[in-house]
Amino acid sequence: MKYKIEYFALLREQRGLSEETLESEATTPSELYHHLKEEHDFSLEKKSLKVAVNEDFADWDAEIKDGDVIVFIPPVAGG
Amino acid sequence: MPFKISEEPLDPVLLKGGLEQASSGACVTFEGWTRNHNEGQSVSLLEYSAYKPLAEKEGARILQEALERFDIEKAECSHRVGSLEIGDIAVWVGVSAGHRGPAFEACRFIIDEIKSRVPIWKREHYQGGVTGWINCESPKNEKGSQPL
Repeated sequence: MKYKIEYFALLREQRGLSEETLESEATTPSELYHHLKEEHDFSLEKKSLKVAVNEDFADWDAEIKDGDVIVFIPPVAGG
Repeated sequence: MPFKISEEPLDPVLLKGGLEQASSGACVTFEGWTRNHNEGQSVSLLEYSAYKPLAEKEGARILQEALERFDIEKAECSHRVGSLEIGDIAVWVGVSAGHRGPAFEACRFIIDEIKSRVPIWKREHYQGGVTGWINCESPKNEKGSQPL
């Protein structure tokens, strides 16, 4: 499956990219983050993040499909 | 757009104009300013960034929730992104209502929800060139750049 991933804030800094498209066997955001965290040594644990699929919040165990755009959302700090 | 992510400086006079209605007897506005200190550190510059499509969607939901929950007439909010200097307006919230009670309550509700739900991030630059992502880093997971 091919996914587009957009990075923000600390994750963008740690990945060194604002977005990438990659092939993955992952079928849920949870699996995808697990894989990326291992590969890039992200400091943020999944439990402190939220996830968005195709521009809206999604469940970690939602099924993701080829071409989906995934954003892992670090703890927010607006205001 | 009732909730807006803005690359441009926020003008409270202009923004307040969007709330005016003959039926309103109260207007409550809140301005969040960038301050020069946080957690004992001197802050020299702040950078705000947002995941804009979702930030505007979630922000609009919060305003809609406020309109349903409180007896108010209008609710609007703008949040700045980009590099801000000390004293700049980072966020503006405005509510108009028939009476002051619901206007105060709704304004408080909106800013509290925005701070906890909308995908906006803040990076502070401290004296000495060190930076930190607010709410993202702690001494336990630091990678050399976090002063907290």
